Amino acid sequence: MNIVVCMKQVPDTTEVKIDPVTGTLIREGIPSIINPDDKGGLEAALALKDELGAKVTVLSMGPPQADLALREALAMGADEAVLLSDRAFGGADTWATSTTIAAALRKLGFDLIVCGRQAIDGDTAQVGPQIAEHLGLPHVSYVSELEATEGAVTVKRVFEDGYQRIKVKLPCLLTALKDMNKPRYMSVAGIFDAYKREVKVWGLADIEVDQDNIGLKGSPTRVKKSFTKGVKSAGKVYEVDAKEGARIIVEALKEKYVI
Amino acid sequence: MNISDYKGVMVFAEQRRGTVQKIAYELLGVGRRIADTLEEPLLALLVGHGLPDSAAAELIAQGADTVVVVDDPALEVYMTEPYAKAMTAAIERYKPGIVFTGATTIGRDLAPRVSARVRTGLTADCTGLEIEDGTRNLLMTRPAFGGNIMATIVCPEHRPQMSTVRPGVMRRLERDDSRKGSVEKLAVKIEAKDKNVEILEVVVEKAAKKNIEEANVLISGGRGLGNLDNFNKLQGVADELGGLVSASRAVVDAGWVGQDRQVGQTGKTVRPDVYFACGISGMIQHVAGMEDSDFIVAINKNSAAPIFEYADVGIVADINKVVPALVEELKAAKAAR
Repeated sequence: MNIVVCMKQVPDTTEVKIDPVTGTLIREGIPSIINPDDKGGLEAALALKDELGAKVTVLSMGPPQADLALREALAMGADEAVLLSDRAFGGADTWATSTTIAAALRKLGFDLIVCGRQAIDGDTAQVGPQIAEHLGLPHVSYVSELEATEGAVTVKRVFEDGYQRIKVKLPCLLTALKDMNKPRYMSVAGIFDAYKREVKVWGLADIEVDQDNIGLKGSPTRVKKSFTKGVKSAGKVYEVDAKEGARIIVEALKEKYVI
Repeated sequence: MNISDYKGVMVFAEQRRGTVQKIAYELLGVGRRIADTLEEPLLALLVGHGLPDSAAAELIAQGADTVVVVDDPALEVYMTEPYAKAMTAAIERYKPGIVFTGATTIGRDLAPRVSARVRTGLTADCTGLEIEDGTRNLLMTRPAFGGNIMATIVCPEHRPQMSTVRPGVMRRLERDDSRKGSVEKLAVKIEAKDKNVEILEVVVEKAAKKNIEEANVLISGGRGLGNLDNFNKLQGVADELGGLVSASRAVVDAGWVGQDRQVGQTGKTVRPDVYFACGISGMIQHVAGMEDSDFIVAINKNSAAPIFEYADVGIVADINKVVPALVEELKAAKAAR
């Protein structure tokens, strides 16, 4: 089985801080990590490889330094790595990103595509289903369990109020939840090996895609402006009895439209 | 694409097991405002099978001008492709300028698939939706970088302008039974090949999955509560606010609640809309996990507790007296509405 895992290198948003004076994002010194849901998807793919034998290719789109995330995946046990990197891909929204990645997937070939549900820097959960649409594949998102059966996969698909067990024939695309497993660590030999192996870098010339559909130009959406929510002002503290305290809290919640 | 052909606001009226979900009414609330600004109609798209007439009537009472019903046996249980086909057909037929979908595990599956199909933009988890003067474009504001910054997104040259909105973000309208509207059936042919996955089992769990990282309201308890009985009473507050109970490390270590509810450096990082720190002193390890919450309420009898430095509202009082008073006040506030 040919499995392609789509991954994104992201800043660890739990480490992101706001400058209290300027109110801007402090980007320096923020570690880059493999997006957690993608890492869950990678682990699920590697588990299938351990169980049944499969070739696992990791695919990412991003700047040259995203190479690091792919090498981490190689060190965990992935067989091949491809980085889509070209200025022409830059500024893409989810529609243009998914179009670009779909073109690379057509070239790679696949039986199963695994994406993370969403990336922690954007939280959109769009790219996986959109890739599936561009490729005309069925997809199942919010996957928390995965097993392979003959020519198909059976998954647990999570909802807010329950779950479904779904069987879907290959080829198909799944989006994985980080909770589905505990990703393995890189092996020492794997780390050593990963730096000797090739991460293929594909640019615009390496994939077949309409230039009108990629990058900023191919993106239906535009960022008009971005801003911080502003630094919080100090709150108020009341020394009152319990009943009055409760009343103050309820009034505040009303103002915040919580109730 | 001729943008001027696209008019009106369409809201996906999500239903589960025949019950229209709250998010549908919340979307009608914001949709009504936008449609009125544009002086264009508000449509609700209701997809399912054998839904009662009362479902469409309720959507009208809560703001829809027209309810578009797509009914087919294949649409009884949510499945991506048949639903995507139904929604795409509705977009092609009614050509709405704007489409809102709930940012639920259904909406976040369906909307991207449809946006890719009709080649338009989709903005996830919008917290602000406005019409821009002059261009009449939709301004879609959403958090990014884990809520650290906000971005306003536009989709100027493609239609419809699609966005998802999380449950609990928008306000529904006052329901009004005298509101008039129409119900139209849209026939969509769902073929065998559209059912491209096989649902083996559907399991409904009584309570929604409880993940404190996804809760909008957290009622967090600390050592100051004194004992397990008092800690368990926080559930009453959580029930009134539709929130979850979480805890400090001390409470988890004491075994009052499982580790999956722990907030802080060694627990989870949370950013709810409202965070209650109940009998929590506010040590830095705890604060690291909750300081980015939108609105923080702290209750502690020690006026010197560091938690008050982070609170938007602080109450210096015995938490075990405040909890029952708060439940009572919340019930009264609800009854008054």
